[in-house]
Amino acid sequence: MKNIFLATYLAVKEVFRNKGRFTLVALVIALITVLVLFIAALGEGLSNANRQYVANLDAQLIVFLEKSDYSITASRLETNTVKAVRRVEGVEDAGAIYTSNSEIVSLPEPQKISLLGAEAERPGMPPLLEGRYFRGGEAREAVMDASVAERTGLKIGDEIELRSTQGTEDEFYTLKIVGLVAEQAYFFQPTIFVPAATWELVRPQPESDLNSDTPYPNIIAVKLKDLAQLEQVKLRLVNEVSNIEVADIETTINNIPGYTAQQGTVQTQGAFTLLIGILVIGGFFQIQILQKVPQIGVLKAIGSSNFVVGLAAVIQIIVVTAMGVGIGAALNYLFSLGLPPAIPLEFNGTRSLIAILLLLFIGPLGGMVSIIYAVRIEPLKALRLG
Amino acid sequence: MNSIALEVRNLVKSFTLDGATINAVDDVSFQVKSGEFVALVGPSGSGKTTLLSILAALLTPTSGQVLIDGQDLSQMNEKKRVKLRREKIGFTFQSNNLIPYLTAQENVEFMLRLNGWLTHAGRLRSGELLARLGLSERLHNLPAQMSGGQQQRVAIARALIHNPAVVLADEPTASLDTERAFQVVETFAHLIHENGRAGIMVTHDLRMCQFVDRVLQMQDGKLVRVYETKDEIVELAHGTIH
Repeated sequence: MKNIFLATYLAVKEVFRNKGRFTLVALVIALITVLVLFIAALGEGLSNANRQYVANLDAQLIVFLEKSDYSITASRLETNTVKAVRRVEGVEDAGAIYTSNSEIVSLPEPQKISLLGAEAERPGMPPLLEGRYFRGGEAREAVMDASVAERTGLKIGDEIELRSTQGTEDEFYTLKIVGLVAEQAYFFQPTIFVPAATWELVRPQPESDLNSDTPYPNIIAVKLKDLAQLEQVKLRLVNEVSNIEVADIETTINNIPGYTAQQGTVQTQGAFTLLIGILVIGGFFQIQILQKVPQIGVLKAIGSSNFVVGLAAVIQIIVVTAMGVGIGAALNYLFSLGLPPAIPLEFNGTRSLIAILLLLFIGPLGGMVSIIYAVRIEPLKALRLG
Repeated sequence: MNSIALEVRNLVKSFTLDGATINAVDDVSFQVKSGEFVALVGPSGSGKTTLLSILAALLTPTSGQVLIDGQDLSQMNEKKRVKLRREKIGFTFQSNNLIPYLTAQENVEFMLRLNGWLTHAGRLRSGELLARLGLSERLHNLPAQMSGGQQQRVAIARALIHNPAVVLADEPTASLDTERAFQVVETFAHLIHENGRAGIMVTHDLRMCQFVDRVLQMQDGKLVRVYETKDEIVELAHGTIH
């Protein structure tokens, strides 16, 4: 215990009496922290923007068209499939989901959106925060997510105009906003929910689809009676319903086009930034230890143990790293307050916490070489023999 | 004066260089009593610093024995040698003597802290010791804010504060001007005598020998001459003996 106090005393005194130098290093670590947390936040933001709607579904299984390779856009199910799914034992409820995209043009700045068809109060339709669900049929009613409201200033009761390219013509449809749900980004865009028939009417479609007014769902969200029966129900679905394949939510997310590649890229960037952090911190402390060789020699010559010298170096690195990470995290928090919603940065994720823990860990890791070097310095360096 | 604080018996330190064995310290024996201040002199390469390093338990001899306060260094592992350096030996070095981020008083107290002996009384004693060395106005100064002479005086206080059996000084005046060098060694000698410690000072500057009780002269690793009488030492210090 005496040695721990002694090492702490030496480490803290040196940092305190060399505030300028150590603050500079802490600021470099703070900048690395800002960068790492930004990348973590970007990863979280992009991830959310891509998968938020799917990840938040009140469902455990997703039904796709057979051989669609769990791709939502490639899947197009028969209209009667949803009824067949609901009849399978172990299924509590199932809701058809229709995906497309559109653009709200009745705003000063047009807003691109994901246009999702869903069934009110069925899996696939998020719970309401305000207002009411749309009526069925071709009622020109829509429910918007909180992100649309935040970006556009639209309120319940407002009317919006969607532009939809149908065949070779641009068509315009007016919808009334009747409800609000929590943020539900899908394919990097905020979302408008409409009933199936309205979706079929207003979605962009090629010439060949114009003669049909039957909406075909892309996928079906399946809510189970018993989560423990997931594998059994999955098997039953595949056996009892023709032309489908079934995936859990995680598999569905990983098969969203570009999702895995995007996350891999972001994580690689994060890893390289951490590596740069390790090298910068390691370099600084190594240079510092080299400058302190005679001083460490004196410390050892007068009776300081290797444990005290090594621990003092470790404590110093931890103190400076913690200062840097603290400043960096605070700066990030300030930045996050002023970011516009269109920038896909999400600071409230587990990723940020993991990034902070990793950053606190890279200090001692980067300083490892210098710590080993300090421990190996011969006390003879204090004399001229070294 | 009185008990033997340091005893060196048939000490040999050999190095191998280009296949040839060189005895940097060659069969050296001597004793230093408590309260005695001894100078170790000789030309460069005569083995003074090697001998001092062995006495400081920083270097292991090839053969022979060193006893500090009756404890045989050759019987100790590294952990015990570190403990012995901390408790029984006081050091001053030629340069880089002080810990640069500790004040004068903190540097002196560090030896007490290192041994777990820092008490309120210890703090008072460190202040008093520094005051006796003329540094009462410099207690809270960092080494960089003090002159070379002042730094050496702080180092002397540090070397004595924990009441070691032996105080070793490696060229303590090398970086000082003549006037300051005399002041530092005179103060050092005075405190060695007053506190009853055994002091050994390696020096190139024979003028500093006027403050010591005995001079050990080394050449080619051997102890070639010992100056013991006051007359001999004064003559050596004034350059009439070469």
